[in-house]
Amino acid sequence: MAKRINPLMLQRIVKAQLWSLTGFTIGILFFIIFFISIKGLPQITLEFLTSNPVDMGRSGGIFSTIVCTLYLIFVSLMIAMPLGVGAAIYLTEYTRESRLTHIIRFGTECLAGIPSIIMGLFGFAFFVMALGLGWSILSGGMTMSIMLLPTIIRTTEESIKAVPYELREVSFSLGVTRWQTVTKVVLPSALPGIVTGIVLGIARCIEETAVIIFTVGSSLRLPESFFDSGRTMAVHFYILAREGISMPNAYGTAAILILSILFINLSAYYLARQFLKKIC
Amino acid sequence: MSKVIVENLNLFYGDFHCLKNNTLSIKERKITALIGPSGCGKSTLLRCLNRMNDLIEGVRITGRALIDGKDIYSRDINLIQLRKEVGMVFQKPNPFPLSVYDNVAYGPRVHGLYKTSKDAMEAVVAKSLSAVGLWEELKDRLDVSALNLALEQQQRLCIARLLAVEPSILLMDEPCSALDPFATLNIEELFLNLKEKYTIVIVTHNMQQAARVSDYTGFFLLGELIEFGNTKTLFVNPQNKLTEDYITGRFG
Ligand SMILES: Nc1ncnc2c1ncn2[C@@H]1O[C@H](COP(=O)(O)OP(=O)(O)O)[C@@H](O)[C@H]1O
Ligand SMILES: [Mg+2]
Repeated sequence: MAKRINPLMLQRIVKAQLWSLTGFTIGILFFIIFFISIKGLPQITLEFLTSNPVDMGRSGGIFSTIVCTLYLIFVSLMIAMPLGVGAAIYLTEYTRESRLTHIIRFGTECLAGIPSIIMGLFGFAFFVMALGLGWSILSGGMTMSIMLLPTIIRTTEESIKAVPYELREVSFSLGVTRWQTVTKVVLPSALPGIVTGIVLGIARCIEETAVIIFTVGSSLRLPESFFDSGRTMAVHFYILAREGISMPNAYGTAAILILSILFINLSAYYLARQFLKKIC
Repeated sequence: MSKVIVENLNLFYGDFHCLKNNTLSIKERKITALIGPSGCGKSTLLRCLNRMNDLIEGVRITGRALIDGKDIYSRDINLIQLRKEVGMVFQKPNPFPLSVYDNVAYGPRVHGLYKTSKDAMEAVVAKSLSAVGLWEELKDRLDVSALNLALEQQQRLCIARLLAVEPSILLMDEPCSALDPFATLNIEELFLNLKEKYTIVIVTHNMQQAARVSDYTGFFLLGELIEFGNTKTLFVNPQNKLTEDYITGRFG
């Protein structure tokens, strides 16, 4: 007969193992942040942030890539926000669950599952080539907005559903139309949840590379309009590191990237908590 | 004067025949109570009068409901106008997660009233809050969230929010069921004040409440209006055996 392990002993072993696994995960996160910061933070000066790259990025700063990233976020959200929030309002407030809504939901789920390299190729074939928009922030923004739609639709839908039905009912009973009820009661109550989805979308725009290389290109010039090509920070980092142009500058860019993603995720977390507090 | 006349009203939820041939008339500036066991269709009848049942899928209605002589189910009725005219107070206090002031101003704002004058809007808010006896306690705290108020205050606020769109009929669906007995008595007193200006229909499963506040009472059972009449008569000398059984507490 096999020797039985003392249950208390087993309990202790399991606990220690779970702790170390959790610790390991957190440890990796901190290691990455620490590693990038050690290598990258010394590079970051005001000049690094405010001057354009020189000599392919061997020297100079990253100003044009920051501008390009901001433009890309702006264009992507200007397209994805109205479409996504609108679709979510339609799905939750204007239709009942039906075959059509199931198909729409299934469609957005599938959209969420498409690998970004494929989306990049699609954006290249459709926006860049077929529509003749060329490598441009507009092409990239439109492609990115398609990728952001599923998240924005889902988070908006969830937060709209969390608004109690009674509030709509009382609004209707005051002679208020459905649309006014949506804009005056439902959306304000759902706002923190909607913002969470949008913040996640911003993070996505910052960190994406494959799609951007295909659709925005990698020009280092300061983009002057949405029809210009450009290079976002993430792409800049990728090219600097991959082609061995300048590791210090690559790490400097990486540090900025990590800091902004960290900041954005923290604010999404904070907003989501505010939201939970409000509805509970 | 009859403010509301219901004639041979039938309502079906899909195949379920919920209201059966209801006929009754509701007098202006009186309180009419609808009593009966749970599930007998009191709320459903109430919701017919401001057409809230329109929001439910599969509802079919036959018969007529007249308000001020006009059939509210005729095609040329303006639903928004109707719902402004016929306000509703719900079982659970349901203020918006907004300030006290914004709750009361909600109706006038979306209907585009007093757009040009801040003073006029403030006057309406003050008047509505006074009418429900909240003005004195809240006039210095109009910007606190309505969710921070006590339940009784919340229910009063909901009534004030309703009064601000100037209805003439108030439908109350068990407005006190979430309140303690003391608050219930306070709200009942409010009803007696409000009846000077408004026609009130109140659904309640609390028979003492019906007896205390109402002028007329209707007793429902399984979607049928069993007896309707003067409250005193109905409670003291019911005509129908079923009414008698219910008010003496033999079932329900
Ligand atoms: N939306 C609905 N769909 C189907 N049946 C309903 C609906 N609302 C109420 N009912 C049914 O109609 C009957 C009357 O309900 P209701 O008017 O709420 O009763 P009461 O207010 O007297 O308790 C009940 O049997 C209830 O189950
Ligand atoms: Mg009811």
